[in-house]
Amino acid sequence: MLKNEKAGYLYILPWLIGFIVLTAYPFINSFYISFTNYDMINESKFIGLENYVNLFKDADFIKSMGATFKYTFLTVPLQLAFALFVAFILNDKLKGINFFRTAYYVPSLLGGNVAIAILWRFMFQPDGFINRFMGIFGIHPVAWLSTPGGAMTVVVLLKVWQFGSAMLIFLAALKEVPGDYYEAADIDGASKPRQFWSITIPLITPTIFFNLTMQLVNAFQEFNGPYLVTGKGPLNSTYLASMFIYDHAFKYFHMGYASAASWVLFVIIVAVTLILFGTQKKWVYYSDGGGK
Amino acid sequence: MSNTVAIAPIKRKKKASEIINPIVRYAILIIVALVMLYPILWLFGATFKTNNEIFTSISFIPKRIDFTPYIKGWQTSTEYTFATYFINTFQIVIPKIVFCLISSLLTAYGFARFNFKGKSILFSLLMATMFLPTVVTRIPLYLLYRDLGVLDTYVPLIANTVFAQEPFFVFMLIQFMRSIPRDLDEAATIDGCGHFGILWRILLPTLKPAMISCLIFQFVWSFNDFLGPLIYITSLEKYPVALALKMSIDASSGVVPWNQVLAMSIIALLPALILFFSAQKYFVEGVTSSGIKG
Repeated sequence: MLKNEKAGYLYILPWLIGFIVLTAYPFINSFYISFTNYDMINESKFIGLENYVNLFKDADFIKSMGATFKYTFLTVPLQLAFALFVAFILNDKLKGINFFRTAYYVPSLLGGNVAIAILWRFMFQPDGFINRFMGIFGIHPVAWLSTPGGAMTVVVLLKVWQFGSAMLIFLAALKEVPGDYYEAADIDGASKPRQFWSITIPLITPTIFFNLTMQLVNAFQEFNGPYLVTGKGPLNSTYLASMFIYDHAFKYFHMGYASAASWVLFVIIVAVTLILFGTQKKWVYYSDGGGK
Repeated sequence: MSNTVAIAPIKRKKKASEIINPIVRYAILIIVALVMLYPILWLFGATFKTNNEIFTSISFIPKRIDFTPYIKGWQTSTEYTFATYFINTFQIVIPKIVFCLISSLLTAYGFARFNFKGKSILFSLLMATMFLPTVVTRIPLYLLYRDLGVLDTYVPLIANTVFAQEPFFVFMLIQFMRSIPRDLDEAATIDGCGHFGILWRILLPTLKPAMISCLIFQFVWSFNDFLGPLIYITSLEKYPVALALKMSIDASSGVVPWNQVLAMSIIALLPALILFFSAQKYFVEGVTSSGIKG
């Protein structure tokens, strides 16, 4: 370890300046703005809790929080379960594993691109690819984009489809599980599903925890998918909190109101994360070293 | 003797399952792969189809190869072609990559190899920003850039990378640096190498794979970035590809020339795809070393 203090500061200086100017200051400022009626035109005035009070009376906001919760609690478990399941199948030494690993990662890689959102919107048109595909099996066309449930399904599917990066992280964790654990279980006659539940899952709980936290924080802030594919959706069914905040901030320039909304979302994310950390002791098993 | 009798049936059983198991596994893997990739394959096929054929055929193979959608799509219905939008995109992406690599490397070096007062607090702050919901800082940042008079320029999109404010990259490099033995540093110090020399001559060559991982993730993410340009870029001549694509489905909301829009979508996906297939292993290393956003 180099003990040259000055040099140490020097190297992190750009980051430190950036942290103060581009992260810490905006963070505090946003809290302050949330107590004002700032709208980019008129002089900013301190109005106390008025924005927050109004938010909880705003049916659009309440609805958007509901949609955000629905979206988060549908996508995160589905995506993680799917990622884990596929990683488990991929973990054995099968021929062509690299091909599949690649194939499953491609959607994660491209998912953020507007092009994919366009494709999604297009596939779920009334006479689009999905409905015609289901038609082959005699299933009636579904009004994907014009019913609340349909629209939510479409954006949830878009997210779940991008399970690749979570899968890669799981795959790395599965590789760390010692093979002799399974051999011992084989000799004891434990079935594969049994082994999965009693050996695999407990040993990779730190990774599940990490993935879960990351995905939750991201899902609560999701913007691109719904904004591009369904917009607000029928009856605002896919009007997520981040879209509400975007509209109020950058369309109507209600900066105070939008900041307050972003703080409500922030507090909810922090609360959910803290609850998750609180439950950690009950189900996350760190090996001797105390985890990563 | 009794041992062999007891073990034998288990062994035979295992063999039977060893044959069935891979078949089931492959079946699942192939079905999942088809579901995953068919949309993209179909998108590719659709770009050669007429608008009519797109809505009547679910086969991804077009009846005939026709490049008209590409030519017309590239020209767009605006006064600019996609060439402009691609150049704009690279004017954002390339500086972001360069700044991100330099600033993240320096910051990671400071945290991984030096002891200084307040380091543990600063490091916790760095880690905290990894989880900090960016939605909270979005509005004040916009106001800050407005006051600096740089709205509708690429400055707000690039500034973060100049100051290493994308903690994923810093964290990834710290992880890699920690795995490099310190003996090398010490040997170099004895040989009269300064701290910058150690970074430049000893660490950097070893960090090459990590740097390449950073480069390609930064490329893909900034290429795909939509919300940033949506907030900051307002004039058409400065639009990156992401905004231009979005516009193409809005502008003509009456009759969308779907085959043209889809053709340009494929073009927009190509850079990331090419990069991915030429540098696959760096992607996998990057994802698994520190875990990334989905």
